Amino acid sequence: MASAASTSQTTIGSTGSGDEFYAWCARGELRLRRCNACKEWCHVPRVICPACAARDWSWEPVRGTGRVFTWTVVHRAMHPAFMDDVPYAVVVVALDEGPRIVSRMVDCPPGELAMEMPVEVVFERSERTGQRVLPRFRRASQSTAAGAR
Amino acid sequence: MTERARNRACIVGIGETKYQRDRSATLTNLGLQLEASLAAIADAGLERSDIDGVMPFPNLANAEELVANLGCENVRFAATVAMGGASPVASLALAADVLAAGRASAILIPAGWAAFSGPRTRELVLDPARLPGGAIAADYYFPHGFTAPMQWYAVMAQRHMYEFGTKREQLGAVAVAARRHAQLNPNAVMRGRKMTLEDYLASPMLADPYQLLDCCLETDGAAAVVVTTEERARDLAAGVVRIEGAAAAQPHPADEITNRRDFFRTGLGAAAPEAFGRAGVRSGDLDFAMIYDCFTFEVIHQIEELGLCKRGEGGAYVEGGRIELGGELPMNTHGGLLSEAHVVGINHIVEAVKQLRGDCGERQVADAELGVVTGWGDFGDGSLAILSRG
Repeated sequence: MASAASTSQTTIGSTGSGDEFYAWCARGELRLRRCNACKEWCHVPRVICPACAARDWSWEPVRGTGRVFTWTVVHRAMHPAFMDDVPYAVVVVALDEGPRIVSRMVDCPPGELAMEMPVEVVFERSERTGQRVLPRFRRASQSTAAGAR
Repeated sequence: MTERARNRACIVGIGETKYQRDRSATLTNLGLQLEASLAAIADAGLERSDIDGVMPFPNLANAEELVANLGCENVRFAATVAMGGASPVASLALAADVLAAGRASAILIPAGWAAFSGPRTRELVLDPARLPGGAIAADYYFPHGFTAPMQWYAVMAQRHMYEFGTKREQLGAVAVAARRHAQLNPNAVMRGRKMTLEDYLASPMLADPYQLLDCCLETDGAAAVVVTTEERARDLAAGVVRIEGAAAAQPHPADEITNRRDFFRTGLGAAAPEAFGRAGVRSGDLDFAMIYDCFTFEVIHQIEELGLCKRGEGGAYVEGGRIELGGELPMNTHGGLLSEAHVVGINHIVEAVKQLRGDCGERQVADAELGVVTGWGDFGDGSLAILSRG
């Protein structure tokens, strides 16, 4: 990450729709909405369950492991908050439980990204989002990857 | 083609402004759309008072201000189809039904913007409320720097390249075809600026795999079409183009692009069989295709979703000049959003009408009788219209 001094002052706002999700992240836990009626995972959170129409939810922990499903390496930022980050890779991680989540890698240069690479979640405080703690990913350790599958 | 159904809706008027990239340009979104609308109404041989329906593009001008400026005193139908770049073609589909129901007799569909001299995409992204997904994009995409259509669609292209072996050179074939066609179009912004595959491959990387020359233009311009009933169309002077079948659909979920069970399933995949069914034709009957080309891979993707080839074969499909003039199925003969202008897809409808009227000059597809035009919007909304020479 760029140092605070060189970082654009622009910050990323929040509409509030992710507050519960990020509150779990701040405690070091990756939790997703899961329907108590049909047990389907639901990311991003919805008001009612798209699978069964119930509105009875839990925030359940996921293992935090998954695989890189796809990515893009951004060489020209379209948003001023990220001008100092380029090049950076946005990854879409398919969690082992099924849902996919947008994130970034913390330990993998863009050139070393590979499809289906096993990854695991870490948490990182982000200046861009008013010190919000974000879920990021790193290469899975051998034991984690083996445990995942 | 099977025997044509009677009473199809018809496109009877088209109008365009000059398409340009000029920082000193002064026309606003509304001003551009009014100029194109007046041209389309005149082209149809109608009076402004004949327009009794209007279907504006979302967020670029509203029906009230369009109608007030145009002095259309008899408007009884106004609606906007909220499908981003799929809106103009989806509006054709809805307009046809509205006309058939007798709720309007002449519908104006305008679209366009001052996207070069006015606010640019990089400024619009500062307000996620203007973007598809709204709060979802703001709270789950933006914190990671996933902030723009180029990036959202790049992840689809990247996965497609992995699963199906789609190549950068195949994306380039789409860009090169568009640029080649633009050389034959006096209103194309990129006329006079030829481009080879080598030029394409050497262009700056923006959001891998998208390079600069994978991306649509930022331009000022507007276009409009007028749609009426077949009965009314017979009395008008302009070349008549029939809407044989049109449809639109959303992907699921439409507001979140990463969590689709089938990652490559878009609205067009659902809409295409409906439109072809209504028209009673098959893809092999088409003489040309105007495909919404915000980025090169979206053309390859839509070729698959249209059913022109199987999933995963879109990259090979565009090779060898198949989509160029003289090829099996010429696409985007105006140069498209990539090389004519980004007029949010309504320029694709206008070009299809010109082809079917035989007005395309040196870029004319010989004996063009049937073509398809598609729209792509937001996170994969899709629309298509199958048009024929009336």
